[in-house]
Amino acid sequence: MAHGHKSNEKVVYVGDSRVKKGAGVQIPPDYTSYPGKSEAFIPNFLLKEWMVGCVVLVGFLVWTIAEPAPLGYPADPTNASFIPMPDWYFLFLYQFLKYPYVSQDYIVLGTMGIPAVLFGGLLLAPFLDTGKERRFYRRPIASSLMFLSLIAVVYLTVISWSHYTHQLEITNTIPEHHVREEKAREAVEKGQEPPSTVKKPAAPVAIVDAKDPAMDIVKAQCIGCHATDLKGQGSFPALTGVGDKYSKEELVEIVTNGKSGGMPEFGSKLSAEEIDQLTTWLAKQKAPAK
Amino acid sequence: MFKNVYNWIDERLDITPLWRDVADHEVPEHVNPAHHFSAFVYCFGGLTFFITVIQILSGMFLTMYYVPDILNAYASVDYLNHKVAFGGIVRGMHHFGASLVIVMMFLHTLRVFFTGSYKAPREMNWVVGMLIFFIMLGLGFTGYLLPWDNKAYFATKVGVQIAESVPYIGPYIAQFLYGGDIVGAQTLTRFFAIHVFFLPGALIAMLAAHFLMIRKQGISGPL
Repeated sequence: MAHGHKSNEKVVYVGDSRVKKGAGVQIPPDYTSYPGKSEAFIPNFLLKEWMVGCVVLVGFLVWTIAEPAPLGYPADPTNASFIPMPDWYFLFLYQFLKYPYVSQDYIVLGTMGIPAVLFGGLLLAPFLDTGKERRFYRRPIASSLMFLSLIAVVYLTVISWSHYTHQLEITNTIPEHHVREEKAREAVEKGQEPPSTVKKPAAPVAIVDAKDPAMDIVKAQCIGCHATDLKGQGSFPALTGVGDKYSKEELVEIVTNGKSGGMPEFGSKLSAEEIDQLTTWLAKQKAPAK
Repeated sequence: MFKNVYNWIDERLDITPLWRDVADHEVPEHVNPAHHFSAFVYCFGGLTFFITVIQILSGMFLTMYYVPDILNAYASVDYLNHKVAFGGIVRGMHHFGASLVIVMMFLHTLRVFFTGSYKAPREMNWVVGMLIFFIMLGLGFTGYLLPWDNKAYFATKVGVQIAESVPYIGPYIAQFLYGGDIVGAQTLTRFFAIHVFFLPGALIAMLAAHFLMIRKQGISGPL
């Protein structure tokens, strides 16, 4: 470590702009050569740091209590009206990719070209800007590039956000986490439980009247697709609880003529009596009343 | 008693130099806001670390309740946020802390840039610092999906689609992140693993390197 075991050795600071050029052998001065009030890290400085830390922590806690972390509604991939929005610190990139010449045919320039040059430049800054000068006003190229990038990033972020709020306005949308929070607040004011947004899994519905003779027809014709336990498989729906979805007349129609999406017609395979027997049984397949 | 235990350990392991090096290093006047108020710009690095520690601690508590699968992820976050005592505060700290880390790190980067502190001999520390920056952005991106609400789902979809447009390797990146062809169950568990194990591991290694280098080289001198 910097101290070693020799008690008279101090941390040696190097790469300093106060070091004059061409003064023979360069032995950078350590802080004892600067008139100033250095202090030990422990305990003097650390105590002050902790005081600042406490103030920051209290402020942060007040913020989290005043502003609950947002949570919208459960992810629904079929929701076509949702306006996607990345976290705020990605907005500048998100907005940047909306401009012509960095999107569509030129997307390579947008996702790779320009960001690679900019981030690569930032990553390798010490190897690109190798001058000894440290003061920013004496390094016009590096400083102005940084200022320009800063202005661009702030501009893109602001534009992206105002574009988003404008879109919310024209589509007359309120962000989900606001809607949800508002509903919860209203419910609490009325003294009710906040509405639950969690989808409850449907309780499994048992087969009603499994000993019915219609079961023989079901076993012969239906279980190939609708599974042996009639709970459905893949895109084939469950037959348990089917009586809640369709009336007997609708079931007769579906079984006789089939249905788009894979249900074949059984009008030619089963007699009218069999279909009647089957659909009477199917119509009885209802979830138990609560 | 404490002193005896300490001496017993110190005799065997010689631990005194380890902590004395940290304890005794000088904090020079030009970075001490007690002497020059404008020196508060030198605090941003320490504050970034402070918020990072808060992120790690609050994240550890969040994993006590969070369930990384698509059926339960949202419900577990909902439960944590609204039913668990102080759960809302812990999640709030993690949620807003993520933004705060980015802000502090941004300010710290600007301070280092505009004081020219990245110059020789501290080039390596700057490069490591930039890697920490990218890791933090990765943590932000992967963490955003975990609550599994619509905002998380669609933002991730758009994000991965952007990565997919990178020539040649884009489709591979997308497949790696998706764990398939769509944002789904695999994506969520994958993002969870990346967010909770891979990136924090890399982050801690990089932070160790960052701090070792600053101790070895000392803070840059006054301008």
